[in-house]
Amino acid sequence: MTEVHIEVNNLTMAYDDFVIQQGLNFKIHKGDIFIVMGGNGCGKSTLLRHLLGLKVPATGDIYYQDINLWKITEAERKVIMRSNGVMYQSGALWSSLTLAENIALPLKEYTDLSDHEINGLAYLKLALVGLVGFEEYYPAEISGGMKKRAGLARALALDPEILFFDEPSAGLDPLSAKLLDDLILRIQESLGTTIVVVTHDLPSLFAIGTDGIFLDTISKTMIAQGAPNELLKHCSQPVVQQFLSRGMNE
Amino acid sequence: MNKCCFEILLTETDSCVAYLQGDWVIANQVPTFLEVTQKIKQVECTQLDLNGESLGLWDSRFVVFLIELEKHCQTEQIKLNMSGLPSAAQGLLKQASAFPVRESGNKLKSNQSLMTRIGEKALVIYDDTEKVLNFVGEVSFSLMRLFRGKACFRRQDLWLIMQECGPGALAIVTLISLLVGLILAFVGAMQLKIFGAQIYVANLVGLGMAREMGAMMTAIIMAGRTGAAFASQLGSMQVNEEIDALATLGISPIDFLVLPRMLALIVMLPLLCLYADLMGILGGLLVSISLLDVSVVEYLIQTKSALDLNDFLTGLIKSSVFGVLVALSGCLHGMQCGRSSSSVGDAATSAVVSGIISIVVADASLTVIYQIIDF
Repeated sequence: MTEVHIEVNNLTMAYDDFVIQQGLNFKIHKGDIFIVMGGNGCGKSTLLRHLLGLKVPATGDIYYQDINLWKITEAERKVIMRSNGVMYQSGALWSSLTLAENIALPLKEYTDLSDHEINGLAYLKLALVGLVGFEEYYPAEISGGMKKRAGLARALALDPEILFFDEPSAGLDPLSAKLLDDLILRIQESLGTTIVVVTHDLPSLFAIGTDGIFLDTISKTMIAQGAPNELLKHCSQPVVQQFLSRGMNE
Repeated sequence: MNKCCFEILLTETDSCVAYLQGDWVIANQVPTFLEVTQKIKQVECTQLDLNGESLGLWDSRFVVFLIELEKHCQTEQIKLNMSGLPSAAQGLLKQASAFPVRESGNKLKSNQSLMTRIGEKALVIYDDTEKVLNFVGEVSFSLMRLFRGKACFRRQDLWLIMQECGPGALAIVTLISLLVGLILAFVGAMQLKIFGAQIYVANLVGLGMAREMGAMMTAIIMAGRTGAAFASQLGSMQVNEEIDALATLGISPIDFLVLPRMLALIVMLPLLCLYADLMGILGGLLVSISLLDVSVVEYLIQTKSALDLNDFLTGLIKSSVFGVLVALSGCLHGMQCGRSSSSVGDAATSAVVSGIISIVVADASLTVIYQIIDF
């Protein structure tokens, strides 16, 4: 078994008194493409915010390798958070910066590379997602699909060890969604990045997922764990079967 | 971290092997591109094989280096063989050139002559004026619909906006107008003391607040407070396509959004202005009784004799006009907001700027008109 990258131990997520999910226990291994599945409102995005260190768990712990994310100082946590790349649902590009500047910002902040090298890196990241020639465009001037890809380019800026995706294929046409999946696979293959994807897009999660969990809205906990393909074949939970087959296997 | 180096060995007469060593990562020191090209120049080869056997860690900095090397070799007509590199790096390199390059054609750098730029600016001003007039026209139609009882907006919206821009602004209006009254009294007292006519501070403050400063100060406060709020509310609705949603339902966005805001300001601004007048007079009173040996009763009687209802009326008329102007400039810039989040900020800024400008200009014109008609 490969090394464990993130471990979640008995996590309960809650907004004040309202519990969203409880008793979450899972491990994300290095190099996995880990899918967080579940219906609308089951707490997928909230889980992502917990894993990213943006929200404090109500109870339970989150470990990055052997480090407990909430038992360390703010500064140490920032270092860990910096090694995460995130692609937000609608890109979350800074609207007053051009695409190249969006990617250059974290590089300028955290490395002492020369401007020339930073430009080279920004060019590379945009080239990886197929946006060469759009360096000088502002986010408002490009289409939704391009914004997503630019968001991925920015997530890649600091060569993250873990990449998080929040609904990567939402709002994309099937072909663009497939291209983005291919891109995720290619990046995982070449950089060995651990990838965590929150999605309910079936074709995409079957195509890329090597492991995953299923969050249930009613029982407020995870009811299945494993690669999506395996879950479809072997999982006995009717909710999971319905979800993965779009309600066909009833 | 292992030191990086780029060493070239001449194997045959025209073919070389370049050995790449060390950790080629962002956090490490790597050979500059200039050093590398000089080394390549020295050996004068036509084929360069890259060998990455002793390469340690690498990240995208390494890939950027390879891209540059590839370009350099292409221009120098050197055959570059990368098969000796980690396959993942080759994969990334392939991915980077997998998509066709799109030239950013419509991104021309503006390098026009002064005259062209002046001309273009003038055209923009012309366009903007047309937009403003259009907007004013639309609002007038909407007002006409209101009088015929056909304007469609929610009553509770109107009440909410009224509450927000009326009572919600009381605290700041109190503070500012009290201080303005105080300042007027101080300035006047210095001069009037010379003649022993301190009691006329009451006239100065009363007239000054009622005819000018009350209306002007509340209007400027409202331009900064409510005008900006209107612009950013409508602007973010524009960004969220909420205004399009109204229009597709056949509901006029002007009726639904602009009209209640304008009505609220037309009603609330005179009320606030009246309140500001009284606060200003109170400020003057404070100065007079504490510094000028004028009693409270004396000051109030003097104020009463100095002011008649017309003086208040002039201020109130002004403030209604200012209300229209603040609402118009706030809503206009909100409705014309672009589609990105940064344009909401621009809309709020220009709403406040144009609001204040129009208030001052209108104030000057109205004062002149009052003089002419002896009001």
